[in-house]
Amino acid sequence: MSKVFRFKGGVHPRDRKELSRDKAIEPAPLPERLVVPLSQHIGAPCEPVVSQGDTVKKGQKIGEARGFVSVPVHAPTSGKVIKIDSFPHPLGKDLPAIEIEPDGLDTCADGAGGQEDFASLSPDELRAIIREKGIVGMGGATFPTHVKLSPPEGKPIDTLIINGAECEPYLTADYRLMLEEPEKVITGMRIMKTILGVERAFIAIEKNKPEAIDAVKGVLGPDSREATVVPLEVKYPQGAEKQLIKTIVNREVPPSGGLPMDVGVLVQNVGTAAAVDQAVRLGIPLIERVVTVTGEGIREPKNLRVRIGTPVGSLLEACGGFRETPGKLVLGGPMMGISQYTTEVPVIKGTSGVLVLPRSRVRLEEARTCIRCGTCVRVCPMNLLPNFIGTFASRGLFDQAERYYALDCIECGSCAFSCPAKIPLVHLIKYAKAEIMAKKRKK
Amino acid sequence: MIEAVLTLSGIGLVASLGLGLAARKFAVRRNPLIERVEQILPGANCGACGTAGCSAFAKAVVEGEAPLNACVPGGQEVARLIAELMGAAVPSTESYVAVLLCKGGKGEARSKFEYDGVSDCRAAVLVSGGDKGCAYGCLGLGTCERVCPFGAIHMDEDGLPVIDRETCTGCGVCVKNCPKGVLLLAPREASVHIRCHSHDKGAQVKRVCTVGCIGCGACVRICPYEAITLDDGLAVMDYTRCRQCGLCVDSCPTGNITSLVSQTPKARIDPERCKGHALCEAACPVDAISGEPGKTRLVDEERCIGCRICCSVCPVHAIAMVNPD
Repeated sequence: MSKVFRFKGGVHPRDRKELSRDKAIEPAPLPERLVVPLSQHIGAPCEPVVSQGDTVKKGQKIGEARGFVSVPVHAPTSGKVIKIDSFPHPLGKDLPAIEIEPDGLDTCADGAGGQEDFASLSPDELRAIIREKGIVGMGGATFPTHVKLSPPEGKPIDTLIINGAECEPYLTADYRLMLEEPEKVITGMRIMKTILGVERAFIAIEKNKPEAIDAVKGVLGPDSREATVVPLEVKYPQGAEKQLIKTIVNREVPPSGGLPMDVGVLVQNVGTAAAVDQAVRLGIPLIERVVTVTGEGIREPKNLRVRIGTPVGSLLEACGGFRETPGKLVLGGPMMGISQYTTEVPVIKGTSGVLVLPRSRVRLEEARTCIRCGTCVRVCPMNLLPNFIGTFASRGLFDQAERYYALDCIECGSCAFSCPAKIPLVHLIKYAKAEIMAKKRKK
Repeated sequence: MIEAVLTLSGIGLVASLGLGLAARKFAVRRNPLIERVEQILPGANCGACGTAGCSAFAKAVVEGEAPLNACVPGGQEVARLIAELMGAAVPSTESYVAVLLCKGGKGEARSKFEYDGVSDCRAAVLVSGGDKGCAYGCLGLGTCERVCPFGAIHMDEDGLPVIDRETCTGCGVCVKNCPKGVLLLAPREASVHIRCHSHDKGAQVKRVCTVGCIGCGACVRICPYEAITLDDGLAVMDYTRCRQCGLCVDSCPTGNITSLVSQTPKARIDPERCKGHALCEAACPVDAISGEPGKTRLVDEERCIGCRICCSVCPVHAIAMVNPD
């Protein structure tokens, strides 16, 4: 077993995974309508290739990628296109999406099947399949996977890390996936190793998931040299890309714009690996994903296999509805997830969880004055000074905030989580980042 | 003793000579005009002129790189003083004032959720576009109030900014900083404003706000000067055409259009335009208009009740409603 390193900072929130960790993945019921956003990834949004009134089949491409950093979207089931319009999007804006009314038949689109023997395909062919099947990073960042798998000349990758840390509290989607379908994750990893031509691979899992570690090790076999399973210290944000690289291979991604490929590492989420496996071996595009519906405000927390585009409201129904008056609805985990104001928002490729907190657990705390205790500085895994950046942002001194590397913040939320004065530090830093970026765009 | 005095005096002499030479050799030549221009400027460093601040503007003006009247807060008076200094002709300066294009305060507009973040509109807009149900509405967290270099804006109890037209210089800093684009620089003399900028369809506007523009077009139809047009479901005022008659104010079913004309306006006939059609005379309900056939009509201001009917019937748009001074 390889030596495990540590990254600086981080926090230890209660993980509360007990709510849903023992619930096997079950298929979510098909909703009455699906809303498939044309922008589900970082990069250029898709161009719709169907029009209102068209009938579509499951897996049919309905949005074409524009540009290299973009992937297509596919119909999650068969049915009719009702409308192409702006709909609420998990990011908080109204964005263009295709509304589909399922016909309940789930007829598959004809077309190329998969290639069981992926080794017979060239890396370029594999990359093309991954792009064509709309695969993006499913850990939440939704960066197109084929782009990550195409490192530029002069930046050789020597290590692949499959990220099963799932350090966000409450979420158990990746855990259930590793437990129930470890072979998909491993095959996906093999495909990505073939594309990159790397020898060394790690599968990183936090120690609070011993069953998942065993399941993955079971598929790899006792003396496997294909990959090393690394049990990680339980600490948030252990699953953040840069922190994971530091922990496993002890390399520091250069600050201010550095990428994992600068240190020869590629990190992919376990869900992405499983999706790559399905796309290559079976030819199935990314039209569904595992979503943890959880929180103290939901009657029956579950891990569901959900079609992309399913409105969150229908998932809440499938989980027995609200237990008491809801206080907060979050897409993603409690640390980095985005609060929603409507249950109409659809599940997208990057939605790992739906978290419902009851009103009684949501406290609206008044921010008080900074007492200069330095806790935020100590817990920041990026070695930033959140207190200073926050103060600059609240006074409108965005140039100063930029000089204090506001743009390096990964928005993990450790600072705001631990601030005793309840200062909304992440919000302030996000605000500074938005203003800095707006200024850069003007230039 | 004497050596010490001589040594120190010697050092002093050498040092002062050195300093004196350095001051001559490395002197930064600065046009004294720049300083004088800078003294005239308001010193708010608002940036409305397009340069980094008053100092930079003074330099640009003197070097001929900025127009004499580019200082918006200074207006005509400052332009005149600068022109005097520079010995140039006084350019005419248009004066603007900031206008809020939203009437949906806490009482009128519905909110989507409870916002509990940083108290600044530019930060709030990052959270699902802000808590206001209307995607276009004023968020009411007072960013404009804080950025205004002249203290011309204050937030009222309803959560909307109130702009003091006297203090507002039209520098546009608030307009630039409003993340919802709900502020507009309008000509100072304009007094009729459409106070909404929502392009949502009428039904959606009704759902989220009681005073928003529903795009019914009543104002468009009633305006005798074609100053209002419907742009994607929103009535938009063309200030160059508006004659402030105020007919649109009463026509708006949601009470969205406001007029600053407080006194009863009186009809005034432009003698150059009037062709003596006498349609106004026939239409006037109080017989306030009279005149000889084919000649310019005359208005009896004592009788005129400011109903504006004459404005709408005049085929040559010769009648405007004005405040008696």
